[in-house]
Amino acid sequence: MTQIPVNTTGKKLGLVIDLDICVGCHACAVNCKEWNTGGHSAPLPDTDPFGENAEGVWFNRVHTFECGDGADSRTVHFPRSCMHCEEPACVEVCPTGASYKRAEDGIVLVNEDICIGCKLCSWACPYGAREYDGDAGVMKKCTLCIDRIYNENLEEVDRVPACVSTCPVNARHFGDLGDPNSDVSRMVEDRGGYDLMPELHYAPVNKYLPPRPKSSWL
Amino acid sequence: MHPAYSVIIFTTFSGAGYGLLFLMGLFAAGHWIEADRWFGFTGFFLAFTMVISGLLSSTFHLGHPERAWRALSQWKSSWLSREGVLAVAGFVPFGLFAFGWVIYESHDGAWRLFAILSVLFAVLTVYATSMIYATLRTIRAWFNRHTVRIYLAFAIWTGSVWFNMLAHLFDLHTPGIGMIVVVTGVLALWLKRKYWIFLDTSPTWVPPENATGLGDLGTVRLLDAPNTQENYVQKEMGFSIARKHSIKLRRWAFFGYFLIPWLLAVGTVEADPWLKIPAAILAVVFVMAGTMLERWLFFAEAKHTVMLYYGAQDS
Repeated sequence: MTQIPVNTTGKKLGLVIDLDICVGCHACAVNCKEWNTGGHSAPLPDTDPFGENAEGVWFNRVHTFECGDGADSRTVHFPRSCMHCEEPACVEVCPTGASYKRAEDGIVLVNEDICIGCKLCSWACPYGAREYDGDAGVMKKCTLCIDRIYNENLEEVDRVPACVSTCPVNARHFGDLGDPNSDVSRMVEDRGGYDLMPELHYAPVNKYLPPRPKSSWL
Repeated sequence: MHPAYSVIIFTTFSGAGYGLLFLMGLFAAGHWIEADRWFGFTGFFLAFTMVISGLLSSTFHLGHPERAWRALSQWKSSWLSREGVLAVAGFVPFGLFAFGWVIYESHDGAWRLFAILSVLFAVLTVYATSMIYATLRTIRAWFNRHTVRIYLAFAIWTGSVWFNMLAHLFDLHTPGIGMIVVVTGVLALWLKRKYWIFLDTSPTWVPPENATGLGDLGTVRLLDAPNTQENYVQKEMGFSIARKHSIKLRRWAFFGYFLIPWLLAVGTVEADPWLKIPAAILAVVFVMAGTMLERWLFFAEAKHTVMLYYGAQDS
């Protein structure tokens, strides 16, 4: 059923992204693509990859914004992926039950075997997390690397999402945001981590840590 | 939002089909129209054709049309699923209502009950369609109290233009039918004008600063997009229409969905058959074309919050 699970374990797996130290290298996006094109949602299509109209499904994309004006302006690199919302509208609108939120850890997934490719979930997502695979005729999205984080064939240190494992500056963190004592929850608490578009009330699990104030001695 | 022709055709034609079924049910239940076999046959044939072709058209944009039946399963949470269930279930009362009218030429007893149920299912199905849009918080142009009213009003208005044509064709026209045309046309016009005023005056839904949460640093502008060519999200959600074009198209839509069909239908109601029948047919052509343009604008003028990440300044 695409209803949101009521009896959960309280576990809310998600990401914390530190906008203060992200350097915009796009390694997270590339490693995400690399892992996932062979993983749970494989393959991720690329049409005309070396041509004029290169297009394909990516679960993670890095935007770069300029904030403020003049000497106070700054550049902020901004990775964006599925927030694994607590109130995921993408799941509620799904007419087939293909989109679902797991009761045990809160991960939002698509069952590609029953997805009809109506695309309504992508309309319901304010963050643009869902990308349609025209080759397979189904919707695809970030799985929080469900095939890594529980994968006992991997070393324990590697049981984190591909984007987290590859980040060269440690700007991405993975953990249980439902546990107030977890490293990620403490980080959010200490640094004033926030939700994107809170006024839409989708209760995103992923949190963003704001850039620190500029140093004045420079 | 990208205006997909399959969805525009679907909502316009199924809306008119349900509107026609609504009016046939209403007039049959009230005994305001006689159970003429050929009127009934033609009316049900047209309404069913519009509803079924609309439903089929809506499956064309699916990635897996052969799995469409699965969309009937999530009625507890999804308005799209509810619409599908109502559309399928509605054929039971519609079919029985049609059977009584066409085969037994009767609007009495149990047949009357099926007429009333048909009215109910027609309204509920269009309501479910409109709720698919009205519950999307990501799109301010749809997530408001106008959306449901407009879908219902346009279904009844387009349905009444079809009903008016049938009544003239079978010489069963009554002043009551004329009144329905006058009133539902003005209702559709009034609600659509209110909607466009709302759209032009409503403040920004989500400011760009809240999309990134970086407002404390000052104004936020996109410096570099993640991709050089447009991706799926931009193609689907990023369609935008220039203000001057939308003003022009709104005017064309007004002529098409309201002014021309309304004047044609109302102005010729007392005329000779050689004039009023072609006028009533022409009114149908105009109201359908105008409503498709209105529906096209419903998509083209709608902005999605995701575009804030791709440089949009409002949503």
